[in-house]
Amino acid sequence: MATMGPRSLFEKIWDPHAVRELGDGSSLIAIDRIFLHERTGSVALKSLAESGRPVLDPSRVFCTMDHIVDTTPGRGDATRVPGGSAFILETRSAAEAAGIRVFDVRDPLQGIVHVISPELGLVLPGATVVCPDSHTCTQGAMGAFAWGIGSTEAEHALATGTLRIKRPRTMRISVEGRLAPGVTAKDLALHILARYGAAGGRGCAVEYAGGAVRALDMEARMTLCNMATEFSAMTALIAPDETTFSYLRGRRYAPQGALFERAMGVWRALASDPGARFDHEIVFDAGEVSPMVTWGTSPQHAVAIDACVPPVEASGTTPEAHARALQYMGLELGQSLIGLPITGAFIGSCTNSRLSDLRRAAAILRGRKVAHGVRALCVPGSMAVKRAAEAEGLDKVFIEAGFEWRESGCSLCFFAGGESFGPRERVVSSTNRNFESRQGPETRTHIASPETVAASALTGCITDPRDFAAGEV
Amino acid sequence: MEPLRRITAVAAPLLRDNIDTDAIIPSREMRSVSKTGLADGLFAGWRYRTIGGRDADPRFVLNQAPYAGARILLGGENFGCGSSREHAVWALREYGFRVIIAPSFAPIFEGNCVRNGLAPVRLSVETVAALSSQVVLDPQAHRLTVDVEQGVVYSDASEPHPFELDGESRAMLLEGLDAIDLTLKHLADIDAFFAADRTARPWIYPDLAAMDHAS
Repeated sequence: MATMGPRSLFEKIWDPHAVRELGDGSSLIAIDRIFLHERTGSVALKSLAESGRPVLDPSRVFCTMDHIVDTTPGRGDATRVPGGSAFILETRSAAEAAGIRVFDVRDPLQGIVHVISPELGLVLPGATVVCPDSHTCTQGAMGAFAWGIGSTEAEHALATGTLRIKRPRTMRISVEGRLAPGVTAKDLALHILARYGAAGGRGCAVEYAGGAVRALDMEARMTLCNMATEFSAMTALIAPDETTFSYLRGRRYAPQGALFERAMGVWRALASDPGARFDHEIVFDAGEVSPMVTWGTSPQHAVAIDACVPPVEASGTTPEAHARALQYMGLELGQSLIGLPITGAFIGSCTNSRLSDLRRAAAILRGRKVAHGVRALCVPGSMAVKRAAEAEGLDKVFIEAGFEWRESGCSLCFFAGGESFGPRERVVSSTNRNFESRQGPETRTHIASPETVAASALTGCITDPRDFAAGEV
Repeated sequence: MEPLRRITAVAAPLLRDNIDTDAIIPSREMRSVSKTGLADGLFAGWRYRTIGGRDADPRFVLNQAPYAGARILLGGENFGCGSSREHAVWALREYGFRVIIAPSFAPIFEGNCVRNGLAPVRLSVETVAALSSQVVLDPQAHRLTVDVEQGVVYSDASEPHPFELDGESRAMLLEGLDAIDLTLKHLADIDAFFAADRTARPWIYPDLAAMDHAS
């Protein structure tokens, strides 16, 4: 049923995509964009081909190689992940057989799916976007309804151009005021997780709103929306505005000329009406947000960087989970996070690997050296990001500081049996998950902003990036 | 897909919150483009003594004799969070699980469950804890029954605990339906939608080849 009265942004996208009602609050929703990658898209394509069903409209399906692909310079189809090249080869042949555009290993447009899809102008405001990848919510930053699905649902979307979905509940998180200098969208995402818990999003479509969100540039909005899945939300959305339109204008596959102007007329209406109703509303002031770092093994185990490991009652977790996380991380109650020695630093992933992320990290690294004993890597989110960074000389800043400078891909965001950080190694990472063994067997991951990763790499221990603000140190 | 109407089986408690799909099936255990061959990798990081090894760690619940043949798993809040990998559900199913009982599920995982004959049953934290404390006394004796048709969980020693599933999920579990077949019955509606939409929102239907040529 179409919503009556004032409508939210989410409802303004949901209603016109409902092909038909299925009863019980479910609808058959038309899908505008399907993205696939070699890790989970491969099995969907293979299974669909085996069923003998064609892809309904391959011209709106796009595939990239990001998860398993090697990121060392000169890479090809070989990968250090055991059995990994089969994922690349099988995805390529299945996608090509289905007539799907592949941003392949050597394609200059290749990159992490959630980095290249907005970068190429493939994700548009008001569109429905799915990918068998949990971080598809990143695209909600464009004012799209974008969410992660399983491989079986991907197969359904490929075959029918639709998905059968129960209408999610809605939540609005309004962040008023302005983020303080040195506080980023990543810190805001971690603040929300620490404050409301990793289950706080309750399967909702979450709209991020308020002055502090409006003030974010597009790449920061993507970082914020990226971690909605860590919040157990179905997705996140931000109403499109002039920031969105100017980001999109002129992108390779975005509408051009008169068509762009016509589309913009429709997109301008994509904002929640005054009086729109949400199932949950959260409002807080951006001034409450500090640079954040995680101490445990869930993204909700986050604190202000100058805080200590919190007691159970302040941790939002059970005593068993708290004790288990501390044991895994090799930490003690009350211990300061600042000053913890690290041996790894990673800048990359669909959360924080875009040009603005690299620029902010490079500003801290410029003219300085990574501490002895720290292995530091920077993996740009796409080949386009890499080229743009190199055009500005950022590659030299990273390399001269002692960082490895890689080809684009998901890389060490997760351990798949190939490259990894070592057992019990402590790593500061601009990624989104600090689960047990996520970046390597028994590796201890602390999630933070790219600035915090850069600052920590220089000192060899967890460091407040504000210590490296212009003119200091 | 194998329908699930009712099952009585040994239940294994794993009452940790935020059990993520990396823990259920580590990425390193996904070795081929396949929905099968995953059961050995289920909970590999907890189940085996070493990463990549197969030496059972006796501390892990599924390695303990009383839980042999478990088909029901009791979990904590936000079960199945993290990566969308459906391999987590395929691994649980291949191992033999038909039901996960937890206070809440991550949305993508929950959707993956019902499409693969694995029932995601939501009960309160207190109820899951009560069922668990009863089960651990003698798991083989205190088996649980999950009746998807009636929407209740019970044991020989407990009152029936009602749970809710939305209509579509319930139908998929009970009848083992193929969702694509169901949807393709509406193909005329789908075709009509996209035909009209091409006129209303032409920017959604780009000609990539022409744009490649232009750039």
